[in-house]
Amino acid sequence: MLLTPHETKSLEETANDIRESVIEMLVHAGSGHTAGPLGMADVFTVLYFHTLRHDPKNPAWDGRDRLVLSNGHICPVLYATMAHAGYFPLEELNTLRKFGSRLQGHPHREFLPALETSSGPLGEGLSQAVGMAIADRMDGQDGARKIYCLMSDGELEEGETWEAAMLAGKQALYNLVALIDRNNIQIDGFTEQVMPLEPLADKWRAWNWHIVEIDGHNVQEIAAAFDEAKSIYEKPTMIIAHTIPGKGVAEFERDFHWHGKPPDAEQARMALAELRTLGRKIESEAE
Amino acid sequence: MADAPSRLDETLNPKLFDDDVEEIAIRTGFGEGLVCAGDADPRVVVLSGDLTESAQALAFKKKFPERFVELGVAEQNMAAVASGMAAMGKIPFITSYAMFSPGRNWEQIRTTIAYNNQPVKIAGSHAGVSVGPDGGTHQAIEDIAITRVVPRIIVVCPCDAIEARKATVAAVTTGTPVYLRLARNKTPVMTTDGTPFEIGRARIVWKSDSPNVGFVATGALLHNALLAARTLRDEGIEVEVMNLSTVKPLDTDAIVALAKKAKRIVTIEEHQVFAGMGSAVAECLVERYPVPMRFVGVHDRFGQSGTPEQLVDYYGMGLDAIIDAARKVIAA
Repeated sequence: MLLTPHETKSLEETANDIRESVIEMLVHAGSGHTAGPLGMADVFTVLYFHTLRHDPKNPAWDGRDRLVLSNGHICPVLYATMAHAGYFPLEELNTLRKFGSRLQGHPHREFLPALETSSGPLGEGLSQAVGMAIADRMDGQDGARKIYCLMSDGELEEGETWEAAMLAGKQALYNLVALIDRNNIQIDGFTEQVMPLEPLADKWRAWNWHIVEIDGHNVQEIAAAFDEAKSIYEKPTMIIAHTIPGKGVAEFERDFHWHGKPPDAEQARMALAELRTLGRKIESEAE
Repeated sequence: MADAPSRLDETLNPKLFDDDVEEIAIRTGFGEGLVCAGDADPRVVVLSGDLTESAQALAFKKKFPERFVELGVAEQNMAAVASGMAAMGKIPFITSYAMFSPGRNWEQIRTTIAYNNQPVKIAGSHAGVSVGPDGGTHQAIEDIAITRVVPRIIVVCPCDAIEARKATVAAVTTGTPVYLRLARNKTPVMTTDGTPFEIGRARIVWKSDSPNVGFVATGALLHNALLAARTLRDEGIEVEVMNLSTVKPLDTDAIVALAKKAKRIVTIEEHQVFAGMGSAVAECLVERYPVPMRFVGVHDRFGQSGTPEQLVDYYGMGLDAIIDAARKVIAA
């Protein structure tokens, strides 16, 4: 179902708020990843505020969809989205990466039980999501809920990814929906220079996946892609979301140096000013 | 009153010293245990990496095809898929050779199973040099070290097929990850259905009222340890032999009690002596009751092709090596 103009603007505003939270968290933490979290804010917003069946006040609800974040290093955007969705207070976001915080540097479900998995080491999330989808099929729950897996493009270089891709294709796990953050950067540079991944869609298609390619910043396209995945009953779906690393802050965009470092206080001030200007623009357009 | 001579635990197989003692592979006991576990608990599922028959998942597959997953030759995926299945309430057993699981997929086991606190059971067959002709690539002699170092993982090395069956059934109920160390070849059946087994509990299987030395053995080498104890008794050296089937959590009270009683300890394992079962025993005793020790096991080498007996002897774990270690530690 298409988003209404009102829904669209609301999601865009929320995504912008989440980006602001990400910047604030990172500057408080003094370490962490900037580019990926900003780039995935729109996808996370659509998931938590539109697509996912979940209950922030009852995270253990058994009927919930499951969301596995494979590339755990972008967890600032996961935490920020969860806080905005009501899982925990916004003030807690500023404890990111601090001793004793529930918001560990990479997600740890023992500290924050609302997480489905602890993650960080790359290439493992899809396998876990495949396991969840197989278990649901065994239990006849494959029609009742979806298993979502969010992955980075750089982590596709891990061989385990393709072991999981083969198994999901073999089992035709239509209850599995994965999404690649195709932002073209990784720590050492651009993916196509570090280790070429293209033709990416063809690779997944060859393993019996249904492919949807979208603009990962267009909330209507993101929502439509997840809706399309729900209508596929023969195979798992892979959404390749083309994103801009560092999206929303001109100085951070498309620069791989922002993969793994936080902004300093001055850069954060500049970034927040830019995001707030953008936020006001979305608001005024909505009026 | 004179002490009674050292003797075999009454619950053990009375024929275990006979030439025609029944021999069954430890992995076979695991395969039987899997079926028992599947019968007892519908949450039990089994994952296979193209070694269904060899790693003894075939009987389970035949009885419970809907609870069996074939993943192909992909042990890293297998560990993490099992983690995901456990997250949905399953109790998965992942089955392969120890060299590949927990060998190749160690980090997946650490992160997706142990760190995630998912109760996946890792069954590693073909542990030890007694794999034989396949050669060193397939002889896992580092697997105790790499599993016992990971928090939460329970490490069990059954001494025979019957104990393997019991350990497999018991592993279902721990609520934790478990590593079951299994061996390929037929080995003597030493225990009986009536021998008590509990994960985390060591058991004295050859008793002595006043031992000169204590043997702590794990896995099928317990048989050599018992043969050595009987031989030494005939020479006037009294031994008490412990079957330490659970390497982690260590039954420290039982080990300290043995050290206090025997004053000398020899550990016996088909594994590198570095960081294996003997090291675990030493870690305990150095802190609580230091006594002279000797370590029977592989000393920093890789295996090779040969018969199991040739290899166990060549790498210093045969009857003579155990007797020699006992004499040396008594002289220490």
